[in-house]
Amino acid sequence: MSPKKAKDGKVGTFEPTTREGLRRVVITGAGTINALGHDVASTLAAFREGRSGISQLDFRDVDRLSIQIGAQVHDWKPEDYFNRQQILLYDKFTQFTLLAAKQAVAQAGLNFAGKLGLNSGVVLGTAAGGMNTWDENYRTVYEEGKNRVHPFVVPKLMNNAAASHVSMEYGLRGPAFTVATACASSNHAMGLAFQMVRSGAARVMLTGGSEAMLCFGGVKAWEGLRVMSKDACRPFSANRNGMVQGEGAGVFVFEDYENARARGAEILAEVVGFAMSSDAQDIVMPSAQGAERAIRGAMQDAGLNPEDIGYINAHGTGTAANDKTECAAVAHAFGHHADRLMISSTKSMHGHLIGGTGAVEMLACIMALRDGVIAPTIGYEEPDPECALDVVPNVAREARVDAVLSNAFAFGGLNAVIALRRV
Amino acid sequence: MTNDTRSRIRSIIAEQAMLEPDQVTDASTPGELGIDSLGLVETIFAIEEEFDITVPFNANEPEKSDFDITNMGTIIAAVDRLISEKAA
Repeated sequence: MSPKKAKDGKVGTFEPTTREGLRRVVITGAGTINALGHDVASTLAAFREGRSGISQLDFRDVDRLSIQIGAQVHDWKPEDYFNRQQILLYDKFTQFTLLAAKQAVAQAGLNFAGKLGLNSGVVLGTAAGGMNTWDENYRTVYEEGKNRVHPFVVPKLMNNAAASHVSMEYGLRGPAFTVATACASSNHAMGLAFQMVRSGAARVMLTGGSEAMLCFGGVKAWEGLRVMSKDACRPFSANRNGMVQGEGAGVFVFEDYENARARGAEILAEVVGFAMSSDAQDIVMPSAQGAERAIRGAMQDAGLNPEDIGYINAHGTGTAANDKTECAAVAHAFGHHADRLMISSTKSMHGHLIGGTGAVEMLACIMALRDGVIAPTIGYEEPDPECALDVVPNVAREARVDAVLSNAFAFGGLNAVIALRRV
Repeated sequence: MTNDTRSRIRSIIAEQAMLEPDQVTDASTPGELGIDSLGLVETIFAIEEEFDITVPFNANEPEKSDFDITNMGTIIAAVDRLISEKAA
């Protein structure tokens, strides 16, 4: 698949297509908003500093929750970014998406007027879509007993609202849709975007995902499973006691290499492989075999060998079950190389953005490839023999890596792994 | 400990395990009864609803939770304690 990749893992010079005639796919823009910051620069700064965005939750009825911490977007004032009419029409998950998309498109320097817009699209991930809109309006009709809701409730809450608004904002008239695979939504979305650009079905795809589930109903639902931590997210640490929810969005510009090169765009990274698998086993408990098949599949799709991978951005939720299963999958997929690669969970900082999480985690992959800085797993306190890998505990590390993976393993047993390479 | 509490908990656990109540003894463990982690969380929810109590239980560290789920007997004792704490 990657004929220019030398055997020593060094990245060769670029050719527009692979030997099989597939187009090469590069990332030329990135945008985000999450608990660590309102843009990419502030998020990467937090990764470097190993800073947590997790704090006491602040929203209506939070006192009725047994879980009161989360990685909530700080200083969020929609009126700083949107006018009154837009705020009435955009749920928070759409607002986050549009903000991230604006940053990504600005960085890419793309103008979708004319033919490019016809050949470009958007595919985004979200698990819950307009959860705040559901929550607020159920409260209105059930708790407050009102019999009238705002006319925009449906267009606000639908899962495809964010993708549709992005398409309208930029005139993206090709493929546009939303993927909902719980915690793997963003990785599935980005993987599909990659496949569409690679196959020539689209020249540019905006992709990533968003989640805004931090409201009373959103956290109350998660409480029920009893997998949430009341104090911190400590992935891979023996004393980890659960996940911490986050919110926000990440959006990227995936572009045909030829298109990017022709216009002299700055390339952040190359997307080289993607694989998905299903455990077909249990609705909540993960399977190491299912995860391993997706990891191996992504490397195979990319034409990479296990020893080419220097870093993995883990799914790393901080639950007892996920972390040990994921480490077992990595150990098995990589064999002796598992002891040499680095694997970290940035959820310890930005929380678990559920359907948006892979998108924010993609930033840590780009930082590793581009800046040679590996984001740490913070909150790490005690080694766990069941997670005996180099999890880059607590402090970011400088290291040159040529290829990385991003893992996402969702409830429902749905696994999606993306491979990227330095350019 | 009242027999009433024991029989109500036994019914809940038996229903979860798809067994008859008399097949569940104080020594029965969730594992022996075929109750997996999701089933355990569901059982605890049913107990909370039945007795109107809040059970402190984190599935990530069941051994650290202040609610001993080793077997039927320890669960009954823990529920009994929560009921009396609530009454106090």
